[in-house]
Amino acid sequence: MNLKPATLQKIDEVITHYPVKRSATLPLLHLIQEDLGYVPEKAEEWIAAKLEIQPINVYEVVTFYPMFRRKPIGRRHIKVCRTLSCALMGGYKTCEQFEQEFNTHRGEVSPNGEVTVDFVECLASCGTAPVVMIDDDLHEKVDCAKAKQLSEQIKAEAKKR
Amino acid sequence: MAAPEQRRIIFAHINEPGYSNDISCYVRHGGYEVLKKAVTRKPEELIEEVKKSGLRGRGGAGFPCGVKWGLVDRKSGKPIYLIVNADESEPGTFKDRYIMHQDPHQLIEGTMISCFANNVKQAYIYIRGEMPHGARILEKAIAEARAAGFVGQNILGTGYSCEIYVHRGAGAYICGEETGLIESLEGKRANPRIKPPYFPAVLGLYQCPTIVNNVETLCHVKYIVEHGGEAFTKLGTPNNTGTRIFCVSGHVQRPGYYEFEAGKITLGQLLNEVCGGPLPGRKFKAVIPGGSSAKILRFGETFTLKNKDGSTRTLAVEDIPMDFDTLAACGTMGGSGGVIVMDDTVNMVEALANINAFYSHESCGQCTPCREGSLWMKKITTRMVHGNARTEDAALLKSVADQIPGRTICAFGEACSWPTQSFLAKFGDEFKGYAEAKPTKPAPATPLI
Ligand code: FES
Repeated sequence: MNLKPATLQKIDEVITHYPVKRSATLPLLHLIQEDLGYVPEKAEEWIAAKLEIQPINVYEVVTFYPMFRRKPIGRRHIKVCRTLSCALMGGYKTCEQFEQEFNTHRGEVSPNGEVTVDFVECLASCGTAPVVMIDDDLHEKVDCAKAKQLSEQIKAEAKKR
Repeated sequence: MAAPEQRRIIFAHINEPGYSNDISCYVRHGGYEVLKKAVTRKPEELIEEVKKSGLRGRGGAGFPCGVKWGLVDRKSGKPIYLIVNADESEPGTFKDRYIMHQDPHQLIEGTMISCFANNVKQAYIYIRGEMPHGARILEKAIAEARAAGFVGQNILGTGYSCEIYVHRGAGAYICGEETGLIESLEGKRANPRIKPPYFPAVLGLYQCPTIVNNVETLCHVKYIVEHGGEAFTKLGTPNNTGTRIFCVSGHVQRPGYYEFEAGKITLGQLLNEVCGGPLPGRKFKAVIPGGSSAKILRFGETFTLKNKDGSTRTLAVEDIPMDFDTLAACGTMGGSGGVIVMDDTVNMVEALANINAFYSHESCGQCTPCREGSLWMKKITTRMVHGNARTEDAALLKSVADQIPGRTICAFGEACSWPTQSFLAKFGDEFKGYAEAKPTKPAPATPLI
């Protein structure tokens, strides 16, 4: 596993936050996923060794929490809230709009590898529904027109790369 | 009757132009003065103030905070932990996000006061994984507070030390349940623990006594220690003291967050006056008053409640004061303060299918009635929406829902069955007629599932 030096440094720091090393399982998974884009199987063994637990203890955590993924996704991650308040304001349509824009289906990597569109559950911003997270950023009141506009932006940024 | 004015205590500075989340701004507005005074007092006195205040937990259950603190095992010789439950996940709830993003020091000050009162040396803020910016803001704020001597070693020169760390969740709703949260903080799946024996106050994090408090609750503690428990009881109504933040979402003109004295505003005032009423040309149909697991209320129904003197009174949905006790008497709950409004365009079977999809996704899976029941409720309602309704579905749904509550380790069993039970009780006709009506129904403009 090729982790950045900064990641390794953060990993060593965060372990000191807990009297029991195992508590650092979630923080380590976050750090590794941020670095590599996903949690490869090797990482489970690596974390287990680091925290002096069994690989199964890490595996069961990776497979329990929706935010961790065991496979790579598109370069950008579009997460559309699916839950009631957003759905009432058109969240399903918003999701379809993103799927159309990138010629993809939720849960899959788009053909050009640029995005993965996913439905997620309530993002705790129900008063500005429908909401969407693109990578780390929350976007509010994303109706179809705004979804289109955000998609254009992503496409433009991709072209510049 | 006109709606009362908002009373912003916790949200005093939210969305205030020029107010920023750094420590200098907070201190300029009088920040950390309460902590400075608190550390010169006896911890027991502070706990006494919180008990006197009648503060009830703002996370959902409404359990009195002072009682919770009173249950902590202080004789075990083990360290006592405090965990801030910032895993805001109950659909319809979006208050803690604003506090953490815009006024993080208010939370840190409330947390430090609570830690000092309970002789806690280590606190964790368990924040939702989906709030990466929130986590960074809190980390920065804690570092600022540490540099200023409000957090960490030898706080304000008193010899008292307490550290706070931020711990990010990873998208599991069940982490809002306090024993599930504790398991998660220990680095495991968030499977809630059975009570007894695992009451957090006695056997919590690392089997040590642990306090788990909601973000809003800890902010109230700061206010209480500043103004006294007695003053807090002057706000709100008896047994529902202080202020309450309501998060209104769905079909109203002005969705958003509103802070009022608890119990002083009715549901009708909140929705019609404060939130501007229904969207043009629409009518209110139903409302879920306390987060998506709270039982739904149907506009047009009435409740006959007993007064203290034995007489009765009749309330329409609009007349219900938004406090824990009246909402409970009406068969629902104040819960997390998340009010979700549905108007007459909503198909109730679809709405329930949406909620059921949430709960089946979020069941931790350790208790069979919940894991299987939530999945079947989702399957049945989704099938109904997609044109395969059967005449027996309403009865089948009810039978599944009725077999979950009381048979699970944690309250998720109740949370996932209450929507189905209440939708069927209040809108049974829509469910019963579904098998027959379906073929002629046009596709909805706003699909919910
Ligand atoms: S329902 Fe979408 S943010 Fe809560």
